[in-house]
Amino acid sequence: MLALQASIADAVQQKFPAWPRFEQPTRDHIATLWVPAENLGPILRFLKYEAAPPYAMLFDLAAVDERVRLHRDGQPPGDFTVVYTLLSLERNEFVRIKVALPQDRLALPTITPLWPAANWYEREAWDMFGIRFNGHPHLERILMPRTWVGHPLRKDHPARATEMGPYRLSPEKEEREQEALRFRPEEWGLRRSEQGTDFIFLNVGPQHPGTHGVLRIVVQLDGELILDAVPEIGFHHRGAEKMGERQSWHTYIPYTDRIDYLGGVLNNLAYLTAVEKLAGIAVPPRAQVIRVMLAELFRIISHLVWYGTFAQDLGQLSPVFYTFNDRERAFAIIEAVCGARMHPNWFRIGGVAQDLPDGWEAMFRDFLDYLPPRLREYDREILGNGIFRARTRGIGGCSAAEALEWGLTGPNLRAAGLAWDFRKKQPYSGYENFEFEIPAGRSGDCYDRALVRVEEMRQSLRIIRQCVEQMPAGPYKSADPLATPPLKERTMHDIETLITHFLGVSWGPVIPPGEALGVIEASKGANGYYLTSDGGTNSYRTHIRTPSFPHLQILPRLCRGRMIPDLLAILGSLDYVLADVDR
Amino acid sequence: MVSPHPLVSLLAILLLALTLASGLIWFERRLLAWWQDRYGPNRVGPFGLLQVLADMIKIFAKEDWVPPFADKVAFILAPAIIVVTVLLSFAVLPFAPGVIVSDLNIALLFFLAMSSLGVYSIVLAGWSSDNKYSLLGGMRAAAQMLSYEVFMGLSLMGVVLLAGTFSLNGIVRAQRHLWFIVPQFAGFLLFFIAGLAETRRLPFDLPEAESELVAGFHSEYSGMKFGMFFVGEYLGITLISAMIAILFFGGWLGPGLPPLLWFFLKLFCFLSLFILMRAALPRPRFDQLMAWAWKLLLPLALLNLLVTGALVLAFLPRR
Repeated sequence: MLALQASIADAVQQKFPAWPRFEQPTRDHIATLWVPAENLGPILRFLKYEAAPPYAMLFDLAAVDERVRLHRDGQPPGDFTVVYTLLSLERNEFVRIKVALPQDRLALPTITPLWPAANWYEREAWDMFGIRFNGHPHLERILMPRTWVGHPLRKDHPARATEMGPYRLSPEKEEREQEALRFRPEEWGLRRSEQGTDFIFLNVGPQHPGTHGVLRIVVQLDGELILDAVPEIGFHHRGAEKMGERQSWHTYIPYTDRIDYLGGVLNNLAYLTAVEKLAGIAVPPRAQVIRVMLAELFRIISHLVWYGTFAQDLGQLSPVFYTFNDRERAFAIIEAVCGARMHPNWFRIGGVAQDLPDGWEAMFRDFLDYLPPRLREYDREILGNGIFRARTRGIGGCSAAEALEWGLTGPNLRAAGLAWDFRKKQPYSGYENFEFEIPAGRSGDCYDRALVRVEEMRQSLRIIRQCVEQMPAGPYKSADPLATPPLKERTMHDIETLITHFLGVSWGPVIPPGEALGVIEASKGANGYYLTSDGGTNSYRTHIRTPSFPHLQILPRLCRGRMIPDLLAILGSLDYVLADVDR
Repeated sequence: MVSPHPLVSLLAILLLALTLASGLIWFERRLLAWWQDRYGPNRVGPFGLLQVLADMIKIFAKEDWVPPFADKVAFILAPAIIVVTVLLSFAVLPFAPGVIVSDLNIALLFFLAMSSLGVYSIVLAGWSSDNKYSLLGGMRAAAQMLSYEVFMGLSLMGVVLLAGTFSLNGIVRAQRHLWFIVPQFAGFLLFFIAGLAETRRLPFDLPEAESELVAGFHSEYSGMKFGMFFVGEYLGITLISAMIAILFFGGWLGPGLPPLLWFFLKLFCFLSLFILMRAALPRPRFDQLMAWAWKLLLPLALLNLLVTGALVLAFLPRR
């Protein structure tokens, strides 16, 4: 691992001898190279095309406001940092490129020609931090309303409504806000008419039965033919990243539940993977297996929702009732274990909240026996239906290369033929100890995406069965002093352990300074938390790399030249959650 | 058997058709619920039977709203057209010997004419709403209903050839020895598909397509005007089911039971079949629907007509 890391820095050095080499050590051991703004474009181009093997995917792009940072540890000076995270499938390795920017020159050249996926990420960095990307085709706010003043993730922007004065909506302001939502095709380079044909601009959403939440897509139509589509997001934005800077490391866990609200503990796991890397906590085996078991159950729960609603998007009314009934059974287990259903808030720093309840085994075994026949029935009812096939085969396909360009992960990437799964490639929480297959498709169309998810449910059942059969004994939480709240028997020994407990619960644990990216294979794709600690009781910067964000960004590319019903089929097959897109 | 006075028949059939249609709403909701592992409406009255009544009171009490941007005349006219055209078709249906409003000798053509007029309702509704979703729904409806009408008429010609009459009464009587489902099985399938399309029911509910077009042609409708589309749809299902019973399953004919009971038994079988289709099938895409109509179903209907004609010429005695 270390040898490889050195090699990419060496390779960059070799190609760019003038590069003032600075490698930052990080807690997640991802090679982190600081580069000057003028070298950024060439270095990224080199990494994407020339490095052998190359880094084909722009995994993430985030910015950090460094102005009140205490622990810089000799990093190049700058008020803001833009962080590019690239992923190489061949190397099975990330690389992080950082650029420092002074406050008076907050601009970088855009990398949208290099990766189309950078488009939304750069817009987000502009929206949240006010960093310009020169040459960007449409540098406009993306998550905040267009009328917003200020850049919310800057440290001097208030985090709470109470810090901002009372909100008043005067008639003029209402008028202004509504006017700002008006769609002007010219702004997006779309024409209103061409060669005597007037196009319809159909406003799909923000309230529409087919968008699965508050999403607006403006579709340029010639009859029912889609010429272009412009998705507009941000209606579900709740400032989850800003809240991460306010909450303690421990009290942020329930907020993560609500990012991908169908994924439950999968969100906890992604967040805690990063926190535990930062804190250097080793999670005991029993806690790991409990985590895997619940995570896989939530993968099934999430996929069941997708299965039923996808069929409904295609006009099939009944499956949604069947799959929701099945989901209800899974929720009964989640409820027995966690006490909650959709938002269990169950994992803790260093383990899980409590040990499994009496009788958990029987509940899991019942479900393991119950679901497979149901899945077989759905195979015939949904996947085997001729109309379903006619509606999904050859619709919304994309090649593996394209999927990488656009940052697709999870089932959407695997449907395109790349059996890439973080559970296998970069195992976390002990996934290396389980036997399971990674299903992959071929054409990446709606049908293949469906097939991959259906097969994933079967594989998840397989993993859960292994968990049930081989549940290790032992503690459900780490004995590490940073595990929060600490195990009860470790709190009453002497005054020291009591104080640690008291501080951990009242203030929250103090996580050592550093940064780490924790990536897991969530139900929708790669979910990553990029956390920066400044040695305090809360995170200095919480960036959430969600799978749904890039998945939605590729939508216009997939639906051009198709018809309106195909748009709904594609939306359904991408399986996004708007809270996961907007955070 | 003594025939009741035509006026009595008229009132009875009008009442019956409207009660059937609204009862069908409850029937469909309960049946769907049963197939979908849930309860359905079961709170108002015994088995939730009065749910429809409660819904009707609610819908009557709603504001009679016409959007300011709509074309007012067409907007109000559209829901009336569908109810009127479907109800008119009921006039030529023989429920039992003598139970008929008007025994037209061209009843079948009258039925086809009325169902052609029905498309105006949907197109006008879609167009007058001045809403893009409604317009798309109206456009789909126009194309779909016109295309399916073509082979709907053709699919029935086999029956006409066999019975030698356009009178529905005559067609039922011609089935005394053998129901037309046997010689005209292809015709039945084609008519059933076309009937689904004409009533805009899943899998052919493209003009409505709630996951795509919100509510399609009636997105802007509310209150009683929406209620009329709703009742019109269920009247349409009842009509097509009745037509299937009359044309292919011998209408009121059957051993033992009274003729009227036989008719309603058959009617309910086909109503349930309509509902089962809705519970089971997804919705094809618009262009696929059109391709099937013109490239597959129309040639089949023509072939059916050709073969039936040849067989009739060869084997049936000249009349």
